[in-house]
Amino acid sequence: MNSNKPTAYNNRLGIKGWVYAGNYTFERYLYIGHRLSGLGLIAYMVLHIVETANRMRGEEAWQGLMALFASPPFKIIEYLLFAMAVFHAMNGVRLIITELGFFLGKPKEPVYPYSSSIKRHRPLTFVIMGLAFLIIILGGSSLFFP
Amino acid sequence: MTDKTITPREITFRVRRYDPDVDTVPHFDEYRMHVHDGMTVLEALHQIKAEKEPTLAWRSSCRMGVCGSCGMFINHLPMLACQTQVLHLDSDVVTIAPLPNYENVKDLVPNLEPLIEKHAAIKPFIIHTNSKEIDEPTGEFLQSVKERESISQFTHCIKCGLCLAACPTVATDPLFLGPQALAQAYRYTADNRDCGLHGRLEAIDIFHGPYQCHLAGACSQACPKGVDPAFAIQLLKRTLVLDSIGFGKKKSSLAKVMPLADVVKAIEEFAPPPRTVK
Repeated sequence: MNSNKPTAYNNRLGIKGWVYAGNYTFERYLYIGHRLSGLGLIAYMVLHIVETANRMRGEEAWQGLMALFASPPFKIIEYLLFAMAVFHAMNGVRLIITELGFFLGKPKEPVYPYSSSIKRHRPLTFVIMGLAFLIIILGGSSLFFP
Repeated sequence: MTDKTITPREITFRVRRYDPDVDTVPHFDEYRMHVHDGMTVLEALHQIKAEKEPTLAWRSSCRMGVCGSCGMFINHLPMLACQTQVLHLDSDVVTIAPLPNYENVKDLVPNLEPLIEKHAAIKPFIIHTNSKEIDEPTGEFLQSVKERESISQFTHCIKCGLCLAACPTVATDPLFLGPQALAQAYRYTADNRDCGLHGRLEAIDIFHGPYQCHLAGACSQACPKGVDPAFAIQLLKRTLVLDSIGFGKKKSSLAKVMPLADVVKAIEEFAPPPRTVK
């Protein structure tokens, strides 16, 4: 056998492993949303610093930039940013609640068919996601129809 | 499950093959065979090996969901091959691959070393502070039914590694301790006979520790024994938070000890009834 040949294949899923949820449950999709919205908010923070730095280029450049941000495409981007922030915050609240052990039930003897804490806290998940959806809709109406 | 789905029929098995001596990347081979009601994926693999492909490699032992050896990625979900009935998958094509997030040694054989190393890192044993009682035991440590019930669910782990294969965080962070080790860290930390939380902090209260878990729940969905590792991780987080702000459960230096004489007496009290059949 060639000693330089790898003796095993790297089977780690990598990015695909968290971006693709396949047949997993609803919470698995929330995981993706939480990470993507988190990355989106980080990207916004960087762009926001770049944007505000334009103030150094003078009043005219700044006004031009503000006019660009008032255009319809940027309104939509702004709304997506708002939706990301709301989803991330609300899902974060859900995670904090569960990390403190609330709404998960109590450990019990695993007897088939097994009941998992994920199912036990799903009502909380639906309530929080429902609230997030409502805030996103209301925010959109005030943003687009002030 | 409708009768139609469990009707015995021809099923195509797409089995991922990889031989490190020959292949640089894995490929899929297809085998078509008749499947009868009740046939498990493990039985199908045995039949494929016996009749079609004698070089096919996988790992299995007990064939009854106890040893945890035959974890595989079956139709894109981690499952035990011995517990999965082919016809219950409700698909005419069954794709079988080795567990992801582990190195693939050959065909369907994953290298579970990272699982074992992470498990060992969290000190998976009862840690006492009273070394005298350990060296010269005067009795048995007491544990009430309630205390046992609070950890019993998490003691059923068979270390099959399905949870790490399902975990989206493990997919991108090889150093993440993972659901199995963290669940076991909670199992021992919450044990009333254990005083080892602070002894384990070095291993578990780290960047790649429980706070990398964002409750995807995939580990609990995959667990074939109902251990619910995601639940244990959340309880571990709570334990760590409460401990860090000084509200942790105050454990005595050691669980109460039942003297040996009382242990013998208790055993006698719970002795089986006399034989009725000679």
